[in-house]
Amino acid sequence: MEHYTMNLTLKIWRQPNTQSPGRFETYPVSNISSEMSFLEMIDVLNEQLIKDGKEPVAFDHDCREGICGMCSMYINGRPHGPWQNNTTCQLHMRAYQDGDTITIEPWRANSFPVIKDLMVDRSAFDRIIQAGGYISVNTGSAVDANAIAVEKDHADAAFAAAACIGCGACVAACKNSSAMLFVSAKVSHLALLPQGSPERKSRAVNMVAQMDKEGFGACTNTGACEAVCPKGISIENIARLNREYMMAGLSAD
Amino acid sequence: MLDSKIPAGTLDQKWTYYKGHCKLVNPANKRKLEVIVVGTGLAGASAAASLGELGYKVKAFCFQDSPRRAHSIAAQGGINAAKNYQNDGDSVFRLFYDTVKGGDYRAREANVHRLAEVSVSIIDQCVAQGVPFARDYGGLLNNRSFGGTQVKRTFYAAGQTGQQLLIGAYQALERQVALGNVTMYSRHEMLDVVVVDGKARGIICRNLVTGELERHFGHAVLLCTGGYGNVFYLSTNAMGSNVTAAWKAHKKGAYFANPCFTQIHPTCIPVSGDHQSKLTLMSESLRNDGRIWVPKQKGDKRKANDIPEEDRDYYLERRYPAFGNLVPRDVASRAAKERCDAGYGVGTTGQAVYLDFKFNLINKYGRAEANKLGIQNPDTETLMRLGKEVVKEEYGNLFDMYEKITGENPYEVPMRIYPAVHYTMGGLWVDYELMTSVKGLYALGEANFSDHGANRLGASALMQGLADGYFVIPYTIGNYLADDIATKPIPTDHPAFAEAEKSAADRIHNLMNIQGKQTVESFHKRLGKIIWDKCGMARSEEGLKEAIRDIQALKNEFWSDVRIPGVIEGMNPELDKAGRVADFIELGELMCRDALDRAESCGGHFREESQTEDGEALRKDDEYAYVAAWQFQGEHEWSLHKEALTFEIAKPSQRSYK
Repeated sequence: MEHYTMNLTLKIWRQPNTQSPGRFETYPVSNISSEMSFLEMIDVLNEQLIKDGKEPVAFDHDCREGICGMCSMYINGRPHGPWQNNTTCQLHMRAYQDGDTITIEPWRANSFPVIKDLMVDRSAFDRIIQAGGYISVNTGSAVDANAIAVEKDHADAAFAAAACIGCGACVAACKNSSAMLFVSAKVSHLALLPQGSPERKSRAVNMVAQMDKEGFGACTNTGACEAVCPKGISIENIARLNREYMMAGLSAD
Repeated sequence: MLDSKIPAGTLDQKWTYYKGHCKLVNPANKRKLEVIVVGTGLAGASAAASLGELGYKVKAFCFQDSPRRAHSIAAQGGINAAKNYQNDGDSVFRLFYDTVKGGDYRAREANVHRLAEVSVSIIDQCVAQGVPFARDYGGLLNNRSFGGTQVKRTFYAAGQTGQQLLIGAYQALERQVALGNVTMYSRHEMLDVVVVDGKARGIICRNLVTGELERHFGHAVLLCTGGYGNVFYLSTNAMGSNVTAAWKAHKKGAYFANPCFTQIHPTCIPVSGDHQSKLTLMSESLRNDGRIWVPKQKGDKRKANDIPEEDRDYYLERRYPAFGNLVPRDVASRAAKERCDAGYGVGTTGQAVYLDFKFNLINKYGRAEANKLGIQNPDTETLMRLGKEVVKEEYGNLFDMYEKITGENPYEVPMRIYPAVHYTMGGLWVDYELMTSVKGLYALGEANFSDHGANRLGASALMQGLADGYFVIPYTIGNYLADDIATKPIPTDHPAFAEAEKSAADRIHNLMNIQGKQTVESFHKRLGKIIWDKCGMARSEEGLKEAIRDIQALKNEFWSDVRIPGVIEGMNPELDKAGRVADFIELGELMCRDALDRAESCGGHFREESQTEDGEALRKDDEYAYVAAWQFQGEHEWSLHKEALTFEIAKPSQRSYK
């Protein structure tokens, strides 16, 4: 792969805290290597800002290998930038050319208030998990692992749903700010496994109720969430959630 | 002086004996006892959840925005357990023995045996939680093998095992939050331990959003804060991984053990330039199916696929025929360094070797699939195609990750890899009960030193984190808290809290007032370079002495010329980072001192002065069969306490993987 360097113009959302209004600021960056990751490019900008006596851009990031789900930039109108099945931290600068202008915003959703600059508060996701995104088993009370056989197809499908990293790109991409893909991934993961079966009804009902309480919008099946999901979580999971939810309603006591 | 509190009895009966005789706390009293858990990775989340289930009042803290983000999530390859589901000769004893041997006889036998014993329960627990481990068509669990072992005992979920285990623990934790047994504080960083009458009774932490300092009481404090690999600047750790909590505990009296035992992982994506902010691991499990090689000719500039078989040096298979590509990590890393230093390295920097999947894609997976499908005499192309499908299922996410980072397709061309800092075996000294040398202060998971000796085997970090959190601390903490049931919560206006908060606040003010010229990042990079060059894969007396001088000078420069923008009140990631780097600088000095003290080679610690004629590590059991536990005495001053290691069952021998 040919390496090259580029000069870019960045338009970045700056907002001092949740209460204050924000605005776009424009920054030039130069000599960016095509080998850099997108966040390393932001590191270059921040080092420059600090040297110039300005405040660096605050953004969430941690593992920088696409698995922790912390990074969360809305890049040129798309969560996590232009690559498919990808997180911002794994986006590399060879996706851009010399002279490009890149607009960077935080996730936009009422349920994810901006904390500072590009950082948002995603604690609503934790509260949705608290509502039922688990199997109630205390430490020590498990049976032998091979006492529960799981059909390989089901195990694989559960794994595919469990690959969700909770980044919130699905919400950010959705015109309704719906969290259905996130919720359905967890409901599917656990409903597909025999271990998760005893609680499947209450889980679906309670998680959806919490999602609504957090103010996430409704799902209108546009599929924008699936298109931007860094882990390729399928909207089939949303169909499964709807079935689980309906079954729970039909068989309610 | 150092009492490791190893229970009486034969090795295989110690844990059973302990569990049968430790003190218990009745359920009504548990509700009156508060426990602080710092860090929510595998050790912290499993401990917080399990203690919450038992009825303790738990407060859990993490610096990330959610407990689910802790860096355990990035573990790829798997988790070991002595289930012997494969009927290939595994047992608790074998796992124990492999771990002690793999650790080059610098771990505590009793701890390791307990780890091997509880490993089987971990898998049961995780499956019950819904962790989607890989399965066979019969619906039962699958295994793979890892370095340093000759059995298949590693359970896995594609290349995302850590993620799945952490989500299991996280869900258990969130369930306890919902039940009101655990209170979760995310975006909080611990800045000090509060010690009252010689016992840990709370912490001071900074709310990273508001910038406020907070005081929290606990009858006991658990540090589950991970390792200190980021002292090297470049490592496979997450950007936020830091030593601050452990270091503050150290300065409050907790001994730091074997800090020089750091693991350099052989298979990481090489550095691409000065901009590099972190390194990415390619799971050790890939060594099951990838063959490592360099060209036989120095400076061979041909493309990898153009170099014919006879011009390739599969140096691990050549040097270590018994274990081949599956030698332990320390051995594989040094062998790669040796080839690259000798001028055989590949890639633009010459600091890389090839990890090549083609042979097994075709011969192992391709042929097996062809047989299954009844394809007679398949051509290479068909075998490649069939093999790719299997490999995609096993490691697809890793191959994708490699391609995103390097722009190269590892199904077509060999991966380029080079060793990188990955894990730290050293950590806070703990006794058998995981208590540090400060009463009531515990260290779990990578934050402690206890189970991996001088080198950790692959897929054992997840095992240890979960063992400590799910199955060890729930027993051992009871043995301590049983004597504390009459202790009322100490109000946080107690002078010890006020004093600890003031010292944390003073330090923050001092940092902000420097107003120098150099960024925190630039200091961190310089520290990393010193440590990597002189306390990395090879260490010498001269180099270590230089490093200590360099680090001391760097410390002075940091405290007089660092520039931190922004304000104290409110979010300030640069300020947070400055505090962490300041602690890394101090730890770096201790690492070098420890490495200097240990004039032997063992595991990941290779002293150039101590090697065999053919360049293998030379251990010196008569002089160095001890844990080096360092007590903080003041700036640049430590005293050394030695915990002698005795091996009743796994008798030390020079490790050989030949």
